[in-house]
Amino acid sequence: MPLARGPAIGYGGSARLHPAELLPWAFAIAVYFLAPSYLPLGAYVLIIILFALSLDLILGYGGIVTLGHAAYFGFGAYVAGVFAVRVHGDPLLGLAVAAAASAAFGAATGAVVLRTRALALLMLTLALVSIVFEVANKWTEVTGGADGLNSVPVGQLLGAFRFDLFGKTAFLYCLAVLAAGWWLVRSLVHSPFGASLVGARENEARMHAIGAPVYARQLCAYTLAAALAGVAGALLTQTTQFVGLSVVSFELSGEILVMLVLGGVGRIYGAFVGPLVFIVARDYLAKQSPEYWVLGIGVLLILIVMFARGGILGLADGIAARWRRSRP
Amino acid sequence: MDAFLSSLISIGFHGLAYGMILYAISVGLSVTMGLMGFVNLAHGVFAMAGGYVMLAAMSRLGLPWLPALGFACVAVALGSVVLERVLYARLYRAGELEQVLFTIGLIFVAIAIARLAYGPLPQAAPLPDYLKGQVEIAGRSFPMYRAAVILSSAVLVAILWIGLERTRWGAIVRAAVDNGPMAESIGIDTGRLFTLTFAVGSGLAALGGALGADLIAMTPTYPFEQLVYFLVVVAVGGLGTLRGPFLGALLIGLGDTACKYWVPQFGAFFVFAATFALLLWRPRGLLGRA
Repeated sequence: MPLARGPAIGYGGSARLHPAELLPWAFAIAVYFLAPSYLPLGAYVLIIILFALSLDLILGYGGIVTLGHAAYFGFGAYVAGVFAVRVHGDPLLGLAVAAAASAAFGAATGAVVLRTRALALLMLTLALVSIVFEVANKWTEVTGGADGLNSVPVGQLLGAFRFDLFGKTAFLYCLAVLAAGWWLVRSLVHSPFGASLVGARENEARMHAIGAPVYARQLCAYTLAAALAGVAGALLTQTTQFVGLSVVSFELSGEILVMLVLGGVGRIYGAFVGPLVFIVARDYLAKQSPEYWVLGIGVLLILIVMFARGGILGLADGIAARWRRSRP
Repeated sequence: MDAFLSSLISIGFHGLAYGMILYAISVGLSVTMGLMGFVNLAHGVFAMAGGYVMLAAMSRLGLPWLPALGFACVAVALGSVVLERVLYARLYRAGELEQVLFTIGLIFVAIAIARLAYGPLPQAAPLPDYLKGQVEIAGRSFPMYRAAVILSSAVLVAILWIGLERTRWGAIVRAAVDNGPMAESIGIDTGRLFTLTFAVGSGLAALGGALGADLIAMTPTYPFEQLVYFLVVVAVGGLGTLRGPFLGALLIGLGDTACKYWVPQFGAFFVFAATFALLLWRPRGLLGRA
């Protein structure tokens, strides 16, 4: 029984916007007006959602189990940081450079990683994130090493909006970028391209048999996911004006997997629910007792794998289905 | 020239000690992954548990160093049987994503328990007097502890090889690795075999973790930090054999030590880069079968 039991959202389903799909955006705007003290945390949640969304594209739809997705997040974060320090502080320009660099990095590494399967692929992605970590750690002149890059200069957005102390600009900036990324991923999984990704996930041999270019499609998705992850990393650098080693750690690769699975894999909105629940819960619990937070996450993960493989949204689906059956 | 030679000998010695510890820990991982096709990222948990259980046996039960080592090995092996029967066995037929997530969950739980019990700082088991100091070999002096690590691991390797190549149990394991369904059809109880092999592998990991507690520091994040090395050893050597991880562990142990000695400014970069290149060339590792 695979974790993703076929996409709840994807090719074959309706591509028209369901009203429920506007809920996350309404929620985000409500947070902006009603809870201004949570904006910095909110911006962080939006960034991680974009990161989780990029992982959902290759893991949920592409079926590629990777342990190294933080390599691209961190790569984008460092590119944005170094670009701002050495070349120019314009945020949108920095974002574009980070996206292009991460896409190039994703295409180059994906071209080799995707030639393998299963354990070798896990190992290659793990080695990849370790390599990027070591480079960030040891190339001190450029990356700042263990200290990271502090007070990264960030210019005004569109030359007009300053990144304010309360995080208003940062929040809206992240929200706009996430919306663009969401629309891109959503259009993609509803397209025939998305269908061929899911086809390769479900039965690769059969996709080869009908003449689908599996490798090229997967590489394309992988490159795009790397670019989106890089954009998310760049957003983190720009909104916090800091980039450090934690953005390229193996732990982050693991955590983003956990968040995505918590929400639900291969259904787009799992990438919204998982990080929100995870980060807000961590914000409350980790301060009080970090040990019990880690213990809880571990136990929760084991329970999800054993009993609730669709994550939170999968559980919600199950309850909704039962409710519909009980009152015909 | 003499300085170069002595640095070479020093690297060889320390690299060998590190490689032997890596081997003791990773060999169980190689066999269980080869035998069951199970992606067990939580293998380092057993190594960490070995170190902490030994510590507890020495401080709480007052056991001397060597009995505490044996106690840790047996206790972790028994504990792993419970884990295997209750949790792992349910996921043998699951996809790799489930296995990855489940074992990451186990790592989190282990980290939390270790931190609750021992706090976030590194712990060290006090070495007995006979393992302190230096030993004289061919006119050079070497640390006694590392020499003992190399020697005892060599004995372990010999026992393992004889066990797998010359005994009935070894023949059964090799048969099950080669072709599980066929082994089952001639009446081998692969379920029991898995449990037994898992226990032996975990016990060995505990032994390696406890024995190497002075080489690889015991911290609660040990399973995450060292995981890359254990997996690299297995991936470089190849799955399902004893020789594969042995070769992998020696290469990684020597390579990592040499890199840290000669080019510390690059850290572990070359080790990971070489692993990456090697896996591209041979996705199944050096001695893995196609």
